[in-house]
Amino acid sequence: MSRRQDVQRRGLEGPRPEERTRPIGRRNSQGIRIDPEIEAEPKPRRTTISAYVKNEPGVLARVSGLFHRRQFNIESLTVGPTQNEGYSRITLVVEEPDPGIEQIRKQLNRLIPVVHVRELDSNPVARELVIVKVDGDEPDKVHAITEMYDGETLDAGPRTVTVQITGSENKIDDAIDAFKQFNIREIARTGQAALARGEEETARVEAKHT
Amino acid sequence: MSGEQAQAPRDTETEREPTAVTNGADAVVRALENAGVEHLFGVQGGAIMPVYDSLYRSDMRHITMAHEQGAVHAATAYGVVTGEPGVCMATSGPGAANLVTGIADANMDSNPLIALTGQVPTDVVGNDVFQETDAVGITSPVTKANVFADDPDSVGTDVGTAFALAKHGRQGSTLVDLPKNITNGETDRDPGAPTLPDTYEPPETADPDAVAAAAAALRQAEKPVILAGGGVIKADASEELRSFAIEHEIPVITTMPGTGAFPEDHELSLEIAGMHGTGYANMAITMTDCMLAIGTRFADRLTGGVETFAPDAEIIHIDIDPAEVSKNIEADHPLIGDAKAVLGQFADAMTGSPSTEAWLEQCDMWKQEYPMDYAAPEDAPVKPQYIVERFDEATDDDTIVTTGVGQHQMWAWQYWTWTQPRTWVSSHGLGTMGYGLPAAIGAKLAAPDRDVVCFDGDGSFLMTCQELSVAVRENLDITVVILNNKAIGMVRQWQDVFFDERHMASEYPWVPEFDALAEAFGARGFRIDTDDEVDDVIEEALAYDGPSVVDVYIDPDEKVYPMVPSGGDNGLFALTEDQL
Repeated sequence: MSRRQDVQRRGLEGPRPEERTRPIGRRNSQGIRIDPEIEAEPKPRRTTISAYVKNEPGVLARVSGLFHRRQFNIESLTVGPTQNEGYSRITLVVEEPDPGIEQIRKQLNRLIPVVHVRELDSNPVARELVIVKVDGDEPDKVHAITEMYDGETLDAGPRTVTVQITGSENKIDDAIDAFKQFNIREIARTGQAALARGEEETARVEAKHT
Repeated sequence: MSGEQAQAPRDTETEREPTAVTNGADAVVRALENAGVEHLFGVQGGAIMPVYDSLYRSDMRHITMAHEQGAVHAATAYGVVTGEPGVCMATSGPGAANLVTGIADANMDSNPLIALTGQVPTDVVGNDVFQETDAVGITSPVTKANVFADDPDSVGTDVGTAFALAKHGRQGSTLVDLPKNITNGETDRDPGAPTLPDTYEPPETADPDAVAAAAAALRQAEKPVILAGGGVIKADASEELRSFAIEHEIPVITTMPGTGAFPEDHELSLEIAGMHGTGYANMAITMTDCMLAIGTRFADRLTGGVETFAPDAEIIHIDIDPAEVSKNIEADHPLIGDAKAVLGQFADAMTGSPSTEAWLEQCDMWKQEYPMDYAAPEDAPVKPQYIVERFDEATDDDTIVTTGVGQHQMWAWQYWTWTQPRTWVSSHGLGTMGYGLPAAIGAKLAAPDRDVVCFDGDGSFLMTCQELSVAVRENLDITVVILNNKAIGMVRQWQDVFFDERHMASEYPWVPEFDALAEAFGARGFRIDTDDEVDDVIEEALAYDGPSVVDVYIDPDEKVYPMVPSGGDNGLFALTEDQL
């Protein structure tokens, strides 16, 4: 049934915008209610997210597509098999404000092959690896620095030396800095792989997913 | 011509037992039958031919559409009206690509849809062969789930899983890509009933403590509102919502997908909010101190700028998808679960009602201050809102309305009085022009006993008008009403305000005679130029037993108001252009 038939039609009327009652509060751009006096955008922080996923074709494409599509800031992504056949672990290092980290967790969870997602706490057991190829003019010095970083020489020839360093992100950054003096020719660096520390489980999953 | 459809097993020279599964294609068809599918919408083509060949022996009814986009929209609308996933199918390459818009549309609006696409044989996938395209790759960002079938033995379960995923949890679109050698490949496996994958467990009820805390907050509120989204309709929770709102005397606002979740002729209804919502709904949604939001994703067209959205309100958010909670608007009380189940919990947890007397008075005052109205001076051209009102008057309450996208959609939304769920079938999130006519076809097949009216714009109609051939062939009694202003009217309206009236590519110097076009298709065509003709034409068009097209030459200067500009403040909605 139509609302108003047979009445004089005058068009829209009513108090103008500036004449209306107004609310007191405000939200920030994340939709969180805030005190307008102390409005501040939440600061991004770097953290590790671990996802336990069923091996299905395209799962990695879906994860990386998700990060692109939702404009999440991703620092590194690694994926590899676990002790359970048919399941992989994806480790992500991201840099986002808290609401963004929460969204990443939830959006990953929406993907059907994803069994479990969590943010690892501030002190996970985490490692990454870098392979650095430098000029071979000063092999002893290269060797000394490799030793300093508990690294390993993978290949040495008259013109190049290639070494491997494993460790935390910071340690690898420092090592790369140190190798710069020998003219770095090429670098290949993995992302971070991580597990929760001690007794804590990285992914708590039902037996059917092990 | 519809009699040519295979309706029963036929005698052919093949020795196949009509009911036995012999190959992957049979398994696909059997999976759909097991899921209770009755109608499919699609277009034939090389790579999907084995599946069609199996359909030849099925009782399911296939509607051949003029274009794959028509198939996907028809299937989507069928899903909206029935609540069961609609099924569309197409061949590989262009067939799959033509489905993409509709797949994205359905997923954006959380509508249950399953798309089946043919694919080139697996041994040549990746070789860029004829009509090859990566359907799974293309649709990954716009589906809830999709899969490349790689085994005749499991292709039937792939389809069943896709069906179950489209239907359960937060609904959405799914796709199964069907390589020709997989559908032709031998198997005798009946896939059984659709089952969800073991990694997917949609939540049912919410945490009782969280419900209790939220109920306490609502009880203490002085200015509460309920915001009912599409999730209320999808969970079939309209009845629960209605009794809850009435018992506790809380005004109800619906989002666009939530249209019909609460009857607009009830005094507690504030109707619709957002960019083109009512003034009273936008005032209430801005001034509320506690919002019970159910099954909504707080889309930007609803919220305007999030900074000024319900800024004084404690937000209780019921949703089946945790990712929608605190995505756009932070929820003080997140309640994850099925809308119907959680509303039941919520009703039980209410220990009393909030005192809303003063607030209801205030809302009534806003209703009086900002009535929905349009100017209609004598001798003015026909007003589109008037057409909507007259059709509403002339049809039953359970009439299904479909629309395209643009001004006509907004007028239909604003000036029809919505009283029942699943009567408003439109493209919300994606805003897909051309949705209306194929949606009307799907809706009519889903509800053959109800009236189906499609409000379309001249621009939207031109995008999918070839589907009229299907409506005629199937003799579907639908009425398409073109609110014709010879323009992409919403764009022109924005150009007037935001682009200094530079009407670039928004006006048609010429449009076809849509009534004559309809007749050429074999439908009935009508045209309205003046108010005097309106009632007679409506009567005749509705009475005609078959598709009819009513081309209404509306006032080309009519605009859609109230309006909150994109990212604007709902409370500062403009009633006229000069207030923007």
